[in-house]
Amino acid sequence: MRTGLSEKTQSTVSAVDVSSRTDEPVQLLTPEGVRTESVEYDSWVEDLSDDDLLGLYQDMVVVRRFDNEATALQRQGQLGLWPPSLGQEAAQIGSARALRKEDFVFTSYREHGVAYVRGVRLEDMTRVWRGTANSGWDPFTVNMATPAVIIGAQTLHATGYAMGVQRDGADSVAVAYFGDGATSQGDVNEAMIFAASFKAPVIFFCQNNQWAISEPVGVQTVRPIADRAPGFGIPSIRVDGNDVLAVMAAMRVALERARTGGGATFIEAVTYRMGPHTTSDDPSRYEDLTEREEWAAKDPIQRLERYLDQLGLLTDEARASVKAAEDDAAKRFRAACIALEDPEPMTIFDNVYAEPHSGLERQKREYAAYLSYVEGGTR
Amino acid sequence: MTQMTLSKAIGAGLRRALQDDDHVLLMGEDIGELGGVFRVTDGLKHEFGPERVIDTPLAESGIVGTAIGLAFRGYRAVCEIQFDGFIYPAFDQIVAQVAKLHARTRGAVTVPLTLRVPYGGAIGSVEHHSESPEAYFAHTAGLRVVTPSTPQDAYSMIRMAIASNDPVIYFEPKRRYWSKGEVDLEAVPLPLDKARIVREGTDVTLIAYGPLVATALDAAEAATDEGISIEVIDLRSLSPIDFDTIEDSVNKTGRVVIVHEAAQFGGLGGEIAAVVTDRCFYSLEAPPQRVTGLNVPYPPAKLEDHFVPDLDRMLDAVDRVMGRENSLTGWSAR
Repeated sequence: MRTGLSEKTQSTVSAVDVSSRTDEPVQLLTPEGVRTESVEYDSWVEDLSDDDLLGLYQDMVVVRRFDNEATALQRQGQLGLWPPSLGQEAAQIGSARALRKEDFVFTSYREHGVAYVRGVRLEDMTRVWRGTANSGWDPFTVNMATPAVIIGAQTLHATGYAMGVQRDGADSVAVAYFGDGATSQGDVNEAMIFAASFKAPVIFFCQNNQWAISEPVGVQTVRPIADRAPGFGIPSIRVDGNDVLAVMAAMRVALERARTGGGATFIEAVTYRMGPHTTSDDPSRYEDLTEREEWAAKDPIQRLERYLDQLGLLTDEARASVKAAEDDAAKRFRAACIALEDPEPMTIFDNVYAEPHSGLERQKREYAAYLSYVEGGTR
Repeated sequence: MTQMTLSKAIGAGLRRALQDDDHVLLMGEDIGELGGVFRVTDGLKHEFGPERVIDTPLAESGIVGTAIGLAFRGYRAVCEIQFDGFIYPAFDQIVAQVAKLHARTRGAVTVPLTLRVPYGGAIGSVEHHSESPEAYFAHTAGLRVVTPSTPQDAYSMIRMAIASNDPVIYFEPKRRYWSKGEVDLEAVPLPLDKARIVREGTDVTLIAYGPLVATALDAAEAATDEGISIEVIDLRSLSPIDFDTIEDSVNKTGRVVIVHEAAQFGGLGGEIAAVVTDRCFYSLEAPPQRVTGLNVPYPPAKLEDHFVPDLDRMLDAVDRVMGRENSLTGWSAR
């Protein structure tokens, strides 16, 4: 994992009054790639070096390439299903790059960019979707839980983790990633209640990608989602989710609050799901193409690319380097994904319990006997 | 040895667990200042502080879900669900997360939660306060389900449940909270997943758990008047069920009656009857019988005596397996 981006010392930044928020999302880069001034948030990203900016760009390019490769592998029958993250790269990379290694992340199943930043191997992200396992990695090696498929369930886990951090006297932060649809779930609302009452160091990072499968965000809420949190006593920030700098700035503000005893912050990253819900979905049945075109013009990678161009950072050499990185990642990923082997049948009984369970042990013996009977062909 | 009520014995077990492991936490509604609506956690907040005995918001899914997050951080939460009928808002977190996380992560994450759930009826209460939802959880792979019937087991089993690295649903027989018994705080307990033969007999095996063990013992005593010798098994563990102990007993007696308060359809009695039939088929003198709650919502208090199995209904089933006159045959003499 690259380091150097996560820290921002308090002395050099301006205070952000998170209690006052406008509906207009925080933006530091326009869709045209023009750096706009923000008195509140500028100082939270002014430490980023040219290399850091190029790094963010490369992260987003690699993750988009990986995501496209995974979609292609699904079309080729190598994956059963895939939920594309297309269009959400800035929200994921910008927020995850603000974290410390010891922070802990609980996500839903579309956060490939977050997993990439945490250090999850690309092929491990596809184990679930290839059907070889129910999760892809050991959460404690990357400090990221494996995705919750039940919508919103992980927000409570993040909040409980943060309560544990408090009891340990640590200054780590737990982050819950979820979408606009999840905000209708009871668990997300209960998580905010627990977080507020116990002042837990947790960040609720909502990627409002405008869609819960086929339902537009208007079905979930009639006001900006960020409006919900203050009702729970949790301040919120509405940020342009396709602006990697604004997302990182907002995340750093929230992290600083959490680390210094300020409690939870809710971030609504306003973005757009440019692909289908999953490869089984058919957006043509419900999507407004005009809206999609509008969002295509706000693409997060193109935006940063334009900015880097203006800064003169995207030299031929830099472009070649990024291209080599994405090609290399794609090549390695394809090979590793296709090489994922089917698990052995008897592993189905593994780890159901941490300690021996007599009922399961008996069924395991009987099924092993059955398998050897049918496979051995003996009577 | 000390005399104490079953509820005090649970409290003593919780106190001991809090003393022995500083990563043990108690969470629940009203468990702090009030000591729980049944006073099981009485005094523990003052003894161990609000960081370890946590009065939570009134949200069952929130309690269980945050306990999972605490487990990721190495904590061992003991959650109180105030009443059996209040557990359903947490059902998703219990069956979709608590039960499955260890298997999902191929053993990387352990969730050593204990969920304490007062359950069962016969206390004259209103709807949602008298249910027996154990089968939902025993049906779910990844959970252990246990229930004590005596103060001694209440004390030992809560300690073993908390020490287990698996999630354990600990059902507390609330109508027996005030039953007194001897408790040896240093006793070496029977393992958590073992059944106990609480009365030996030769004619019929009567299988009970939780609140109905005492009733089953009363029935066994009453049956001696008619010369029938009943062996009573207290299951203690509902997942796993100690079928070896059941098998040995039924092979000896040849007859089995299973009793529980939960409704019959899809209840544990059916599972036990199936396994007994499978393993003891050639020893059986009569078909296994069940005495259970009816397949209806838990009734109003004035009708609950018709729902909760009592001594007479148990003995009626004993008559059935003994081939004696019973409610199904009618009175041959009349």
